[in-house]
Amino acid sequence: MTELIEQQQRIAPTPEHEGDSVRMNMIQAINSAMDVMMARDPDVIVMGEDVGYFGGVFRATAGLQAKYGKRRVFDTPITECGIIGVAVGMGAYGLRPVPEIQFADYIYPALDQLVSEAARLRYRSAGEFTSPITVRSPFGGGIFGGQTHSQSPEGIFTHVSGLKTVIPSTPYDAKGLLIAAIEDNDPTIFFEPKRIYNGPFDGHWDRPAKNWSGHPGGEVPTGYYRIPLGTAKVVRAGAALTILAYGTMVHVCRGVVEEAGVDAEIIDLRTLVPIDIDAIEVSVKKTGRCMIVHEATRTSGFGAELSALVQERCFYHLEAPIERVTGFDTPYPHSLEWAYFPGPVRIGEALKKIMKDA
Amino acid sequence: MASDPRANLKPLSLHVPEPKFRPGDVVDFADIEVPPAGAGRRPDVAEDAATFPELAYGLVRVLDGEARAVGPWDPRLSPDRLRRMLRAMALTRAYDERMFRAQRQGKTSFYMKSTGEEAVAVAAAFALDRDDMCFPSYRQQGLLIARDWDMVDMMNQVYSNRGDRLEGKQLPIMYSTKEGSFFSISGNLATQYPQAVGWAMASAAKGDTRIAATWTGEGSTAEGDFHSACTFASVYRAPVILNVVNNQWAISSFSGFAGAEATTFAARAIGYGIAGLRVDGNDALAVYAATSWAAERARTNAGPTLIEHFTYRTEGHSTSDDPTQYRSAGEPTAWPLGDPIGRLKDHLIQLGEWDEERQAAMDLDLAEKVRAAQKEAEKNGVLGHGLHQPLDTLFEGVYEEMPWHLREQQQMMLDEEEASGRPWARK
Repeated sequence: MTELIEQQQRIAPTPEHEGDSVRMNMIQAINSAMDVMMARDPDVIVMGEDVGYFGGVFRATAGLQAKYGKRRVFDTPITECGIIGVAVGMGAYGLRPVPEIQFADYIYPALDQLVSEAARLRYRSAGEFTSPITVRSPFGGGIFGGQTHSQSPEGIFTHVSGLKTVIPSTPYDAKGLLIAAIEDNDPTIFFEPKRIYNGPFDGHWDRPAKNWSGHPGGEVPTGYYRIPLGTAKVVRAGAALTILAYGTMVHVCRGVVEEAGVDAEIIDLRTLVPIDIDAIEVSVKKTGRCMIVHEATRTSGFGAELSALVQERCFYHLEAPIERVTGFDTPYPHSLEWAYFPGPVRIGEALKKIMKDA
Repeated sequence: MASDPRANLKPLSLHVPEPKFRPGDVVDFADIEVPPAGAGRRPDVAEDAATFPELAYGLVRVLDGEARAVGPWDPRLSPDRLRRMLRAMALTRAYDERMFRAQRQGKTSFYMKSTGEEAVAVAAAFALDRDDMCFPSYRQQGLLIARDWDMVDMMNQVYSNRGDRLEGKQLPIMYSTKEGSFFSISGNLATQYPQAVGWAMASAAKGDTRIAATWTGEGSTAEGDFHSACTFASVYRAPVILNVVNNQWAISSFSGFAGAEATTFAARAIGYGIAGLRVDGNDALAVYAATSWAAERARTNAGPTLIEHFTYRTEGHSTSDDPTQYRSAGEPTAWPLGDPIGRLKDHLIQLGEWDEERQAAMDLDLAEKVRAAQKEAEKNGVLGHGLHQPLDTLFEGVYEEMPWHLREQQQMMLDEEEASGRPWARK
């Protein structure tokens, strides 16, 4: 156990931070991260559809324009390829843009600028020009968002060399990771699980929604702190199996594990690229079982990469086939949302399957 | 039975544009309207974009049929400056010819000439400040040459050799130099357009005085990035010059496939509320005048300008292209706006500041300079002659710091090379 605690501390060191901690939901934490970074660095600018005067459709940028002015926080035309293309140019000038794409479902018009330009600029210019941009975008389902307000396109971006992909699961992590992403000199896709903006979600859509006030991750320092990109966090230590998850699914998995009374180790990956392979390897070699859970569709999803990594590195420790619980290979449905969503029922069944020979 | 209420209508028909001349056709460009030089007005740089339609549909020209500079757009450059501009254009052509031949000799995989379009890049570079940021497409090598960028450095890039600053990571001609204010060229068309607007917005947001300029061919104006860039440039009044090099051809597609049958490219500016100028792209003085006008407009916070440079792509699209397969071989010589180098040369001669002997001597001198640069560059190697970059650099620069998975792949590659017994692994 001591060893495990040491390991957890190595994986997720408690960051130094400035200022008091207060209760925040994830929106407030994200807002605070941008506020802190705009105050620290005059080159940080925030832009996107409705982010300026109005403060964003999810309120993530509320108050920033009033505080920092229109030249640093501004509304843009409705053109995602323009937003990202302009951000790449601003980054080449020397600014540190934080563009917002209103929903991850609408990031596709910007794909060319992200994949062909932002991701490759450093490489193709041998470091002469860089893209220190952080693309924030609400993502994920569980909100009756239907086909175009629910998608989880992280696998499209993890496939692109040159991009980093980050997904927080608590307000505390969201702020620390967003600050780290903004400070990072590489282009970063920062997906915010909108289902847990206001509170953790255990997958029981038919029970009353919780807010962040009862959760330790809702305690957020008001000042500057950072969580290094590429570091996972063990959110529940266990010996029976390893569950790899991120975003909303961290909370869903935790709920299922507690209800089932299985001693699972749950790892919140937090950064998908670069992935914290040590945290995964240490855990799976200890437990001998690995379950991967994500909302995104299954085929060629990020779970496939995780599964391959675990298979390559932990093959002789595996006592059961690696399980993947994911969204189905269909567009995200509206009325059948809770059949699609990898919720307690589907994860519970997968748990039984992976533990059946234990 | 009820009769079809539309039975008396003619069937619809789809219009698919077709260029006027195909291989074997006799070329006659008589229907191309060439307004007389000096005819168009030169508005104040602060003038409202709404007043520009006549300039967006017209053609700004300075050099007339007798090679005289006439009209309000005459930039009145000193003979010395004209000679330097002529020299940079001739050097661009000499460089292109040499590098094209180098590709044919197998010294590099690929090359693209800018023959006939030298004025578009060179005259613009003369009108901009050295630290104004250029976001070029792949056919503005004249910008670098006009900025006296080291030709050996350019060739090193084309050869992907030991001296290549881009470490052999980029296709030939995709130059990049921050110091030369020349943004890294991308193979993806028109992506540089919104980037240039963003750079210009950043310059304005920081209270800088530098402006941005970008170039795209007429074919690439069909890309969505063109639209988003124009929208952003207009909305934020970005200090940017948006150049459209209308050389009539996008590989094998004539400009009609980008919309040229219905309008001009400069006219697209009107709908965005951007000042639009259509310029004789083979008239170096017109290009210079329009660019310096647009630069002054941008620098005085009066907003962006879109300039269409009406020109002709004299040669094939690239070393991988054979234009005789899709257009008449007679087109380049029949082009009514002539050759940009010949026209500027004639102007200098007409001024009494130049002669054919000096031109011939300069051409010889430039050819020699290019040859010498080529010799120098080839000391660093040419493509295909072994490995010019250490093998493990393949993994550098993907990220600022190499993440574990790239370090692991790097080591894997080195181990595999070592095991194979190939000399590559031994640095």
